[in-house]
Amino acid sequence: MRVDNPILAERMREQATAPIGAADAPLFIANLTVAYADKPALWAIDYTAPVGGLIGIVGPNGAGKSTLLKAVLGLVPTVAGEVRVFGRPIGQARERIAYVPQRSSVDWDFPTTALDVVAMGLYGRIGWFKRVRRRHLNFALERLDQVGMAEFADRQIGQLSGGQQQRVFLARALAQDADLMLLDEPLAGVDAATEATILNVLRDLKAQGRTALVVHHDLQTVTDYFDHVALLNGRMIAAGPTGEAFTEATLLDAYGGRLATSEIRAAGAGD
Amino acid sequence: MSDVILADFLTIDLPAMLAGSLAALGCALVGNFLILRRQALIGDAISHVVLPGIVLAFIVTGTIAALPMMLGALAAAVVAVGLIELIRHLGRLETGAAMGVVFTTMFAGGVLMLERSAGRGAHLDVQHALYGSLEALLWLGPTDWASLLRPEVLAELPDEIVMLAAVTGSIIATVVLFYKELKISTFDAALADALGYPSKWIGVGLVLATGITAVAAFQAVGSILVIAMFICPPATARMLTDNLARQIWLSGGIAVLAGVLGYLLAAFAPQLFGTVGSLNAAGMIAVVAGLMQTLAMLFAPRYGAVAQSGFVGSLKRSKT
Repeated sequence: MRVDNPILAERMREQATAPIGAADAPLFIANLTVAYADKPALWAIDYTAPVGGLIGIVGPNGAGKSTLLKAVLGLVPTVAGEVRVFGRPIGQARERIAYVPQRSSVDWDFPTTALDVVAMGLYGRIGWFKRVRRRHLNFALERLDQVGMAEFADRQIGQLSGGQQQRVFLARALAQDADLMLLDEPLAGVDAATEATILNVLRDLKAQGRTALVVHHDLQTVTDYFDHVALLNGRMIAAGPTGEAFTEATLLDAYGGRLATSEIRAAGAGD
Repeated sequence: MSDVILADFLTIDLPAMLAGSLAALGCALVGNFLILRRQALIGDAISHVVLPGIVLAFIVTGTIAALPMMLGALAAAVVAVGLIELIRHLGRLETGAAMGVVFTTMFAGGVLMLERSAGRGAHLDVQHALYGSLEALLWLGPTDWASLLRPEVLAELPDEIVMLAAVTGSIIATVVLFYKELKISTFDAALADALGYPSKWIGVGLVLATGITAVAAFQAVGSILVIAMFICPPATARMLTDNLARQIWLSGGIAVLAGVLGYLLAAFAPQLFGTVGSLNAAGMIAVVAGLMQTLAMLFAPRYGAVAQSGFVGSLKRSKT
């Protein structure tokens, strides 16, 4: 059948490729391609995130894990493809997403305190020209308390440890009260207490029916931490419930010779 | 103080101090955000680039009125942005190098144009363009302190000061009104965009404010010293606090202090040392601002070199 109406044709194509329920999934990605200086970083990614999923994004260095988050947020230009957040283009769904950037992308010398950073998560709700009020600061302080950082509220952010800094940015994402959280390596190089705190918060969010995509580097903990996995290496190798997508076969596919079989076994991947 | 000396002070020294302080204040407020965005040299580039525009406006209109100067400066800035892009592509240079080429060339062109247009009466010449013309500002009218606010005396306020006050006043209003927006787009552009504050346009607005401030300050302190006003007061304030709002207020206070102190030193210090005449006021203001920053870098309570070395020392002692 030939369809002349481009919008209708688009919709039919969408329905043909998208899984059932994808229309208003927390995150729906179709045929997403991203290139840096003509070199493809992500190739024809299709992905649908489940509601309430705690999803680990796993893959070797340079697999495009951070790029995937940035492409979803519209922070890097895409060559092709479509991204929908709760059924809407990203521009109309920004208030439903929160993003915790990689630590290296933050100016830690900035004259700002932990509380101040968390309060920035509220700026969207405060609106243009209006000032940050006492009640906003109280709300921000509660979020800091949620990640065990209330006592460091007045500390300049550069004077916090790596794990504390990570928790502050998690608290800021909490303040945004988003339904979809994108976290770029929140567990990289943090202390055990921070790791436990972040996991608790993520599990709370899941219990509230919110969805979190977490770029994760430590294969050993994937099965313990995440109920869903997206295994990435330029293209989407495998995606789904951890038991199905995180297997010896898919890991070999993603990492090739870069992982010894014993490491894959140790990661506890199912067969 | 005798009446004559007071009247002289109000006519000669007060307008110069006002102009110097207003210029320093406006630049310092904007400078806080330029430094945090690692864009401090934009202020410098703009203040150099606009010179040919100002000279051209002067040649065309024959006056040094504020509006034609601003329009000429704006046109020059637009040309500069276009040239930088062009050179970046044709010359295969990175942005910094392209900016360096464009702003020195345009500045040099402006200086040459100034020399050719000299002797046409109005006081726009190379020296004033480079070092400012604070000393040339005269407020004819005030006889004593009480007379300052009388309408007919205020009407005699030099145009340069009126323009500086208007520009600096709008900068204060902008920073107060857009404080939250400037802060979040400076600290985290991605979050600003996500929350509905378009960081790119806020950045464009900041560069625009920088340009307007630089042009306004140019007449007072000259194009070479504008950059000191953009950088020194905020950099000094940064050493003294970790709170951005406090840093901005402090930088404003430091800028005004540098303006007043710098002028007074330039005007009266030579006499104290028994020599005749005075020093260039804009130069002295920049020197004072630089000295204040040096003091802060050495003796600031927390970030000063002395406190830092003492802090490290006490840590070492407590460990052993």
